[in-house]
Amino acid sequence: MRSIYAIYRKEMGHYFVSPIAYVVVGLFLILCGFFFNLYLSEAIRASMEAQMQGAQFGMPANFDVPSEVIRMFLGVLALFLLFFIPMVTMGSYSDERRRGTMELLMTSPITESQIVLGKFFASLTLFAVMLLPTASYILFMWFKSEPMPPVRVAATGYLGLLLFGGALLALGQFLSSLTENPIIAAVLTFAAFLLLWALDFGSSGAAGTFEQVVHYLSVINHYQGFTQGVIDTSALVYYFSFIALFIFLTVRSVDSMRWRRA
Amino acid sequence: MIEVQDVTKSYGTTTAVDHVSFTVNKGEILGFLGPNGAGKTTTMRILTGYMPATSGTARVSGFDVFKDSLQVRRHIGYLPEAPPVYADMSVQSYLEFVLRIKNVPSEKHAARVDDALAKTNLGDKRHELIKRLSRGYKQRVGLAQALVHDPEVIILDEPTVGLDPKQIIEVRNLIKALAGSHTIILSTHILPEVSMTCDRVVIINKGKIVAVDTPQNLTSQLRGGQRIHVETQAPEKQLQEVLSKIPGASRVQVIASGSDGHVSATVESAQGQDVRSQITAQIVQKGWPLYELRGLNLSLEDIFLQLTTDDAAHAQPSN
Repeated sequence: MRSIYAIYRKEMGHYFVSPIAYVVVGLFLILCGFFFNLYLSEAIRASMEAQMQGAQFGMPANFDVPSEVIRMFLGVLALFLLFFIPMVTMGSYSDERRRGTMELLMTSPITESQIVLGKFFASLTLFAVMLLPTASYILFMWFKSEPMPPVRVAATGYLGLLLFGGALLALGQFLSSLTENPIIAAVLTFAAFLLLWALDFGSSGAAGTFEQVVHYLSVINHYQGFTQGVIDTSALVYYFSFIALFIFLTVRSVDSMRWRRA
Repeated sequence: MIEVQDVTKSYGTTTAVDHVSFTVNKGEILGFLGPNGAGKTTTMRILTGYMPATSGTARVSGFDVFKDSLQVRRHIGYLPEAPPVYADMSVQSYLEFVLRIKNVPSEKHAARVDDALAKTNLGDKRHELIKRLSRGYKQRVGLAQALVHDPEVIILDEPTVGLDPKQIIEVRNLIKALAGSHTIILSTHILPEVSMTCDRVVIINKGKIVAVDTPQNLTSQLRGGQRIHVETQAPEKQLQEVLSKIPGASRVQVIASGSDGHVSATVESAQGQDVRSQITAQIVQKGWPLYELRGLNLSLEDIFLQLTTDDAAHAQPSN
């Protein structure tokens, strides 16, 4: 346990010293702020239109601005993550190998699982820190809306985002452990994410069994429910399994470093 | 303390380490000598639990390096060829990190860091970022990390590479000071280092062990005898006659050194025969001045080259 914490602490230290983390988080937040503003304005405009139409035809206007904004905002956030997470994970293992510190870790009384878990939780923490400011926009919107919708919707959305991000981080770390070169790791991860997104996109409308299976396996698919305030147990199971699978594969990959030449 | 039995490591068709066996006793300093690519680093990596052997067993402090790898790693400090340092950390935080992953309880951290810094003379670099340090200092940080958790066994892969002469002497003294309470294996190309610091030497070439012995035994055994160099002022022919008559002298070679009129001679004798006193007596008797008298031993360099270029499986005495 202490070993996991030791690795965790070291990783966190490195994140906050390296310029990459600051650049990535900074850009991410700028984009988020921009899109949040965009969606909010759009939603307000649409709701006012709906109200006017409702007044015209005598129908009650039923436009839930906060929920709409959350849904769209979290949707676009997920898209951003496909680009930003590779940058966060690319150096995880490749840097260690290039620096020679992997040899230190592998000759110390620490297991591969402890190394992998320490790194994973550190990247998850960085991710959470990255998301925190965006939560403030949502909260701001929440408290300003009348009537105030249940916080559950926002909380569920963020839970989904955390799980979705966790899955991408686990996959990104695994790919980083396959190579010594962080650029290759970044490209591989980005390509993998694109592939996943394409799979989801391609199989969403399809009716055939194969397509439905593929759609079920899509990382993005299970995320949709969360953005609408729904916690689907199958989605929870999916994400935990996904994360567990890639953590396991990363452990195996780290272990395999012992068998490689030089 | 360390027992290596018939360890082999092959990668596909290449054999990096070929049926290597040796032991290191507690408190001993063992030198690992060999050309580049001989298998020194691979053997060390097997001992430190970094990689498994293809066959054979190795035990450190009684624990099998493959079956009880985690236990072995608790008892070992290791400095690989390139110091495994995190450039973004300060020396102190790096050493504290190493202590944590070596499972040292936190109460002991402060004392252990101070001790390691003192031994490697890094006291004033404590809060310096490692990336700001020169190569020699980085090497010392690497050394500090191998010692910081006070391990029973210390394995050093070319510990003096990149250091200036003063630092090299300091490191050698440090290594000698650590012997006794620690068991040390060090690998090096620098032959004088081996004769100066090591109790025993293992010479390895192309994955095979070529010789195992103390530096002194290796030098005298291989030579098969003694060689004395004497410098005096005398007519060459007479000197040759006089020296050849000494009982025990097998071969005398006289060379005029020219410029100052001195004449030097090399007298070879069979092993165990010390003819120095007789040489002195003869020369003085003749009234010749005695400028120099010294023994010439085959240096470790010569042995090393002989053993590693001949591809010999065991040491061979020279003619």
